[in-house]
Amino acid sequence: MSNFAIRLENLGKQYKIGARQERYYTLRDSIAQGFGRLFRRHPQDNQPEDHIWALKDVSLEIKHGEVVGIIGRNGAGKTTLLKILSRITEPTTGRAEIHGRIGSLLEVGTGFHPELTGRENIYLNAAILGMKRAEIDRKFDEIVAFAEVEKFLDTPVKRYSSGMYVRLAFAVAAHLDPEILLVDEVLAVGDAAFQKKCLGKMSDVAQEGRTVLFVSHNMGAVRDLCSIVNFFDQGALLKTGYPTDIISYYLNFNELGQSQSLISVDEKDFKLLDIIINQDGTNNNILSTQRPFKIYILYKLKNRINNLLLGFDIYSNDGQHIFRTYDLEAIGLADRDPGVYVSECSFPANIFQNTSYFAELIVGVHRARWISKKQLRLKLTFEGPRSTDVDYLGMIKPIAVWSVKKKDGCITNLLFGRFPGTNL
Amino acid sequence: MAPVEESALPPTELPVTIIQPAKGLISINFKEFWEYRELLYFLIWRDVKVRYKQTTLGAAWAIIQPFMTMVVFTIFFGKLGKIPSDGIPYPIFAYCALLPWQLFAKALGDSSNSLVANQNLITKVYFPRLIIPATAVLSGLVDFAIAFVVLLGMMVYYGIFPDLRVLTLPAFIVMAIATALAVGLWLSALNVKYRDVRHTTPFLVQLWLFASPIAYPSSLVPEPWRVFLGLNPMAGVVEGFRWALLGKDVDLGPMMIVSWIMVALLLITGLIYFRRMEKTFADVV
Repeated sequence: MSNFAIRLENLGKQYKIGARQERYYTLRDSIAQGFGRLFRRHPQDNQPEDHIWALKDVSLEIKHGEVVGIIGRNGAGKTTLLKILSRITEPTTGRAEIHGRIGSLLEVGTGFHPELTGRENIYLNAAILGMKRAEIDRKFDEIVAFAEVEKFLDTPVKRYSSGMYVRLAFAVAAHLDPEILLVDEVLAVGDAAFQKKCLGKMSDVAQEGRTVLFVSHNMGAVRDLCSIVNFFDQGALLKTGYPTDIISYYLNFNELGQSQSLISVDEKDFKLLDIIINQDGTNNNILSTQRPFKIYILYKLKNRINNLLLGFDIYSNDGQHIFRTYDLEAIGLADRDPGVYVSECSFPANIFQNTSYFAELIVGVHRARWISKKQLRLKLTFEGPRSTDVDYLGMIKPIAVWSVKKKDGCITNLLFGRFPGTNL
Repeated sequence: MAPVEESALPPTELPVTIIQPAKGLISINFKEFWEYRELLYFLIWRDVKVRYKQTTLGAAWAIIQPFMTMVVFTIFFGKLGKIPSDGIPYPIFAYCALLPWQLFAKALGDSSNSLVANQNLITKVYFPRLIIPATAVLSGLVDFAIAFVVLLGMMVYYGIFPDLRVLTLPAFIVMAIATALAVGLWLSALNVKYRDVRHTTPFLVQLWLFASPIAYPSSLVPEPWRVFLGLNPMAGVVEGFRWALLGKDVDLGPMMIVSWIMVALLLITGLIYFRRMEKTFADVV
C-alpha cells in the first residue's frame, strides 16, 4: 500500500508531426512510402525531426488528496499528460502507476447527442464518463437540480440554449466521483454565474479529500483551488511548488525585458519583427502611472490576410484577465496587403495601478485560427506616487471625473427637480 | 508491505493501474470488456433511439428495405430470370436470405465507419475500443427483429412451418453477427488510418451481395465447387437460414464447415489487428 495516488517515472510521449497535422493518410501514401523504404539505403533517412516529444521524461509523485494544478503555455504537454493518465493514448516511454479509479474530464458533454432529450443525454453521458447505471439513477435528481434544466428534461438538447447545454454537461461531469479526477480546462465554459458555481463544486471536490489534477489557464482558479502547482514547458516539467510561487514564476517566465530577444512568432503569413514599449520618447517597460504610453508592434505580412486580429490581453500580476484590446479599433476587419506594418496602441494615463501587469500578444485570423496566443508576454511595471494616504483597491485605477458642489434645499428637489414631467 | 507514511486519506484497497508502452502481442482483455457492458448497452440504445428520429416512416424502414429488395428480386430473378429456388416459393426464398443479409450489410457499413464517426469519444474518454464496432454491429439486431416479423407472416401465408431445425437459427444469427464484426473490425481499424476504406465499403457490400447465394440457391453451383462457396461465410449464413426456417433439403455439410472456419479465422485475425492498432486510434483518427 502506498500513500501516493499517481506516480510517473520518466513518462514521455512522442508524436509524429505528420500524424498530428495531416488529418489522415491514404493507402497510396503508405504504399509509396513502403516503396521508398525499400529503395532507401541509409537508415538515418528515417528522420527524427519528423517526431516531436509532446511530453518528455516527466517524473512526478502526487499524494492522495492533493489538488494539483498544471500550468504552461499551449503545447506544453499538459493535455498530453492527462490523455496518457486517462489511457486515451499510450506513452512512448516510461511508466505511470495510479492508485484508485480515475475519472477524466477532458471536455464537457462528451458523447452528447443533439437528437436525444436532456434526460437521455444524462444517462448516456454519465455512462460514457464511467458511471454505473445504479449510480446514475441515484444521482439523477441532484444532476438535474445542479444544471437547472428541470423544465426541459424531455426536450432534445439540440433545442437547448448553449448555456443550458453546457450547464447540463457540466452537471453530469461534476457528479462523477472517482478517487482521482483529471480536469482539463472545462471550467472555461458557460456564463460567469455558472462558472462560479462550477468553481464552488470543484473546491467541494477538493475538500472531500479526493485527488484532482487540474489543467487551466485561469490562474485565479489555479491559485484558489490547488495546493501544489506544476509548471510545464515544451513537454518537460520545469518547476513544482506552491501556487503563488509557481504562478508568478510562470508569468515572468516568458516576459520580455526590453533588451531580451523576441521569442519568434514566425509562420506562413505573419512574422513578428519587434515590440516596443514607449513612454515620453524612451523605450522602457517600467512606466509611470501618470502619463500615457504606447506599445508598437512591428510585423511583416507575407501574404494578404483578411480579418487579421492583433492586440493584447492584459493580465494582472496574479493572472487575472483584465481586458483585451485589438487594433481593429483603428481599421476594422479590413484586408491587409503584404508588407511591413506598425500597429500602435496608445494607453491613456491613469489606468493602471502601482504594480506590474502582463500584456500578452494575440494575433489571429477572425473565425479561422490563432497565429500567436499565450506565446509572448510583456511585463509592464508601473510606478507612481501615492497622492494621498488613501488606498485605491482593485486591479486598475482609472481616475473618474468627479464634481462636488454644495447645494441648498430639499434633497429630493436636488435629485429629481430637473426631470421634465414631474412637478418636483 | 512497505512502510506507510501519514497521509491525508487513509489508504484503502484501491485498484492499481499501470500505464506503460505495450510490448509484443497484446492479449484481448475480455474481462474489461465485460466490465464496460453497460456502456455497450447505452451506446446501442443511443444508436437505436436516434436512427429513426425525424423520419416519417420510422421503424417501418427496417421492413421496407428488405421487402422492396425481395419484390425486385422476385420480379427480375424469380419471374423473368427463372432462377430456381429449390422448390421454395421465390419470394420467401429471397426474403429469408435478405434478412440476415440486411443485418450483415448494415452492420458492416456502420462498423467500418464507426471509429471515425465516434472520434469525439475516442479522443476524450477511455473505454475498450472494441465497444465501438460492437455497438455498430449489435444495434442492427433491432431492425432485424422487426423485419423478422414479416418473415413469420410470409411463412404463414405460404403455409411453411419449420420443424425442429428452427432451434439452430440462433447459431446462424450469431454467425452473421460474427462475420459482420470480423469484417467490421478489420475495416474500422483500417479506416482510422486509411480513409480509402470509406469509399471501398459500399462497393464491397454490393459485390458481396452477388457473391452470396441470396438471389440464387447454392445448389446452382456444381457439386465439387460448392465447398468453395463456403469461403464466403455469408453463404453459410444464408443457406443456414433457409435450412433452419424453410426446411430446405440440401446437404450443406462441407460448405457449412468451411464457412464456420472462415468466420473464426476472420474474427480472430480481426481482433488481433484491431487490438494492435487500438493504441494509436486516439493519435491518428
